[in-house]
Amino acid sequence: MTPKSLAIKESRTVSYVSGPLIFVRFVKGVSFGEIAKIILPSGEVRTGQVLDVSRDLAVVQVFEGTSGIDNKLTRVRFTGEAARIDVSIDMLGRIFDGRGKPRDGGPDIIPEASLDINGMPINPYARDKPADFIQTGMSAIDALNTLVRGQKLPIFSGAGLPASKLAAQIARQARVLGEEEVFAVVFVAMGITYRDASFFMRDFERTGALDRVVFFMNLADDPTIERLATPRCALTVAEYLAFTHNMQVLVILTDMINYCEALREISTAREEVPGRRGYPGYMYTDLASIYERAGRIKGKKGSITQLPILTMPDDDITHPVPDLTGYITEGQIVLSRELYRRGADPPIDVLPCLSRLMNLGIGPGKTREDHRNVADQLYALYAYGRDLRRLVAIVGEEALTELDKKYLKFADECEKKFITQSDENRSIENTFSIAWDLFTMFPEEELKKIKMEYIQKYHPAHRTG
Amino acid sequence: MIKGVVARISGPVVMAHGMRGSKMYDVVKVGDEKLNGEIIRLDGDEAVVQVYEDTSGLKIGETVANTENPLSVELGPGLLSSIYDGIQRPLAVLVEKSGSFISRGITVPGLDRGKKWIFEPAVKSGDRVGGGDVIGTVLEFNMKHRIMVPPGISGTVQEIRAGSFSVEDTVCTLGDGQKIPLIQRWPVRKGRPYQNKLDPTLPLITGQRVFDTIFPVSKGGTAMIPGGFGTGKTVAEQTLAKWADADIIVYIGCGERGNEMTEVLSEFPALLDPRTGKPLMERTILIANTSNMPVAAREASIYTGITIAEYYRDMGYDVALMADSTSRWGEALREVSGRLEEMPGEEGYPAYLATRLAAFYERAGRVVCLGSGGRSGSITVVGAVSPPGGDFSEPITQNTLRIAGTFWALDTSLAYRRHFPSVNWIKSYSLYLDSIRDWYSESGFGDWKDLRDRTMYLLQKEVELQEIVQLVGPDALPESEKAILEVTRMIREDFLQQSAYDKIDSFCPMEKQYWMLRVILAFYDRITEAMAKGITLSKILKLPVKAEIGRMKELSEVERIKGLIPGIEKAVATLEVER
Repeated sequence: MTPKSLAIKESRTVSYVSGPLIFVRFVKGVSFGEIAKIILPSGEVRTGQVLDVSRDLAVVQVFEGTSGIDNKLTRVRFTGEAARIDVSIDMLGRIFDGRGKPRDGGPDIIPEASLDINGMPINPYARDKPADFIQTGMSAIDALNTLVRGQKLPIFSGAGLPASKLAAQIARQARVLGEEEVFAVVFVAMGITYRDASFFMRDFERTGALDRVVFFMNLADDPTIERLATPRCALTVAEYLAFTHNMQVLVILTDMINYCEALREISTAREEVPGRRGYPGYMYTDLASIYERAGRIKGKKGSITQLPILTMPDDDITHPVPDLTGYITEGQIVLSRELYRRGADPPIDVLPCLSRLMNLGIGPGKTREDHRNVADQLYALYAYGRDLRRLVAIVGEEALTELDKKYLKFADECEKKFITQSDENRSIENTFSIAWDLFTMFPEEELKKIKMEYIQKYHPAHRTG
Repeated sequence: MIKGVVARISGPVVMAHGMRGSKMYDVVKVGDEKLNGEIIRLDGDEAVVQVYEDTSGLKIGETVANTENPLSVELGPGLLSSIYDGIQRPLAVLVEKSGSFISRGITVPGLDRGKKWIFEPAVKSGDRVGGGDVIGTVLEFNMKHRIMVPPGISGTVQEIRAGSFSVEDTVCTLGDGQKIPLIQRWPVRKGRPYQNKLDPTLPLITGQRVFDTIFPVSKGGTAMIPGGFGTGKTVAEQTLAKWADADIIVYIGCGERGNEMTEVLSEFPALLDPRTGKPLMERTILIANTSNMPVAAREASIYTGITIAEYYRDMGYDVALMADSTSRWGEALREVSGRLEEMPGEEGYPAYLATRLAAFYERAGRVVCLGSGGRSGSITVVGAVSPPGGDFSEPITQNTLRIAGTFWALDTSLAYRRHFPSVNWIKSYSLYLDSIRDWYSESGFGDWKDLRDRTMYLLQKEVELQEIVQLVGPDALPESEKAILEVTRMIREDFLQQSAYDKIDSFCPMEKQYWMLRVILAFYDRITEAMAKGITLSKILKLPVKAEIGRMKELSEVERIKGLIPGIEKAVATLEVER
């Protein structure tokens, strides 16, 4: 812990207020990034953080907004401390606001430690390779885009698509095979509506999971700038649970687009040179400081797996927020409006999906020896079927060969039987057997991506006969 | 020593007063925690410093001490198999000192001072030596690490000693009293000198078919791999780091994922170099500045990496440097430039982006090394570029295109179809085709260029035919054009696609590549001949030999692939014309 400075510095020299920022003049001994308390004429106390400091001026961003702040009576007290959060194992089952204060009406927590919310970067040399398969119970993820412990895998959604439902289902069903331990969940709401937040809360309540969830709630009507601190507070708690209490932690961050909006707001108020679409040039670095806090550490039992949700504006995957996210995270799950309309539930479009760490979590001893082959084969067949759909729209189905018609049918069946599963929690074995059943539509020699020995062993025709 | 005080702090940029007399790019220690930083602007009494560590908690009025040395790296035995951060601090030592998380203000030397090396002199007292001359060797793993006289130093050897030394011990004393230890230091922003550059006439063989056969890069050349996320840039860079036939690999993870570096760290020691049979880690140096590590150190990491590469080049080795990703480096430049309130150029990048990129890539090349003996060495630079939204019109891609000799354009739609490596064969190019042609002829692949050009012609033809198919359906094509579509599909699936994870396929020797392509084109020739005689295409495609071509990848014996050519002839000859 950094020692508290003895003289608390307080000044009444607010000179300029603009948007979420206040400029305080004639300050001494203020440090970069420290927390300030702003005492309004009404006696209300707000919290801010120093963004820029020079010899006679400090720029402070106010988390709760600047309405009511004047430049005569408002006092600013610099605490000399970095932004911190009190953490404890008792936070499980509790609801906090975006800065880590209880908002469920319960008592304050008794802190076991007080930690800097910015954390420190994990030394790449100290990282442990993610290697444990997480069974989410969702076929499209388990078989094709496997999630492993310590991974960060975002869900790219569009407005009106059921990303929350998918995330809640994953949180409910996620298991590491062969281990009894269930995931502790840190749920981070940033700028989402009360309706969305209460959906998650009810879902956790219904499934009896509430006592292993820590909620951080910054809802749509809460102060915008607070959102910049929310994921950092939450991840600090997640790190504490994972690396001090050896828990397996799943962090759900929703919605990252709102976080980035807040980032843009601050950047604009500071009159910085904007990057693409007005987002600041350092957004990649800023997002990385959140996403890179997922992982495992050598010699520690716990882990942090992240499942950020972000709504792509206008379903545009090249928008800066999904784009930069995709460059940092280890793959992505993409929801598709077209599939949603066709009735797929969850509407996961597997073609643009990816799990970069998949190979670390699959294969003999982890899932099954034929996993890689099955995934490749299913991808190949489905991708070709989807291509044919486009062709059929132009030349009609009659122009296709018999085999091509099978591909077309396979794409449909795959969406209906394999991807669609509603509330079902499928074991990985179950997922494989659905895939193999679908493969029976084709003659065996079309299954080029599967080794002969696996066909002999797993193909339904050989199994029954 | 010049000492000033902190006057302003804005993220990684700190302004200091009382710094008169400082030089540009001097390294300074900022504040009570002695954070490492570098001067990037001077203005009267004031110096602007970019700090390589997080500045939170730094206060106005804290001291800034100038070390009066430029940012340098330590060069000497012990670099191989190390993993460093952007300013050459060994990450393994940082773990020992500060635990699993990187804390601030730690200074650790790049080379281990405790380790002893066995030095064997190559000169004797009385010999005259100059900059770049080899005075002896130590064995670093199985590599002859040549100890050279640092550039700019010369004299007569007065004393030279064999035996066991640590890096700072003097091994050689010159007549004028100058002492030469195993270690030397070099400022990272300045290229190490060489005698003269050579033309790129040798290819860098990577074991990847689409690279070696279709779009080769030369030793000492430059290549760029741009692609949107998920197109496999990192896998391509790692594959090159694994299989490229270079003596030394410098891999810079610049602003990328922590878990990826972990993967390299856990995988490389277990993998064996197909040429030497030694663990790949023994020829690899990793520079890891992951995306959540301080942004200014990310800017420096590229220079740290290339300076180390130059050091091994000067010994006469072929070095391949992978930078993943240069876009993150450009973004670091942009961030610091923004904090300096410089006038922005395109998309907020500073106006000097193109100059810096060009200066970096020009440090690649095949050279005659400094010193006597006429050693030649090379640095091949392969830079990954991460264009926002996969759009190649952005400044970093465009500026790199003007410099790089080979362009491997990765394609999102190929990646979605799981065609890997997802190199788009229409957009990509290599400017080294003619200069390295002789090497292919001398190595027994005389008609390589013709095969390659025919392949490219067919693939181009396929694009045109596909457009027609999209409009009127495949049935409207004549048989001969259907045959082209069949063969190009074969080229794509059985030749261009290559699994980075398959045991056999991940590394494909040049000879195998050459024969694979010959088999496919022989198949095309035979079917055109047969069709001219009136045999239908559908009948030819039913031949079992076609499936055998599809399984060439799995074969490790080149003889069996060669054997397919007569096999095809025989099979096609058995077909009879339907009456």
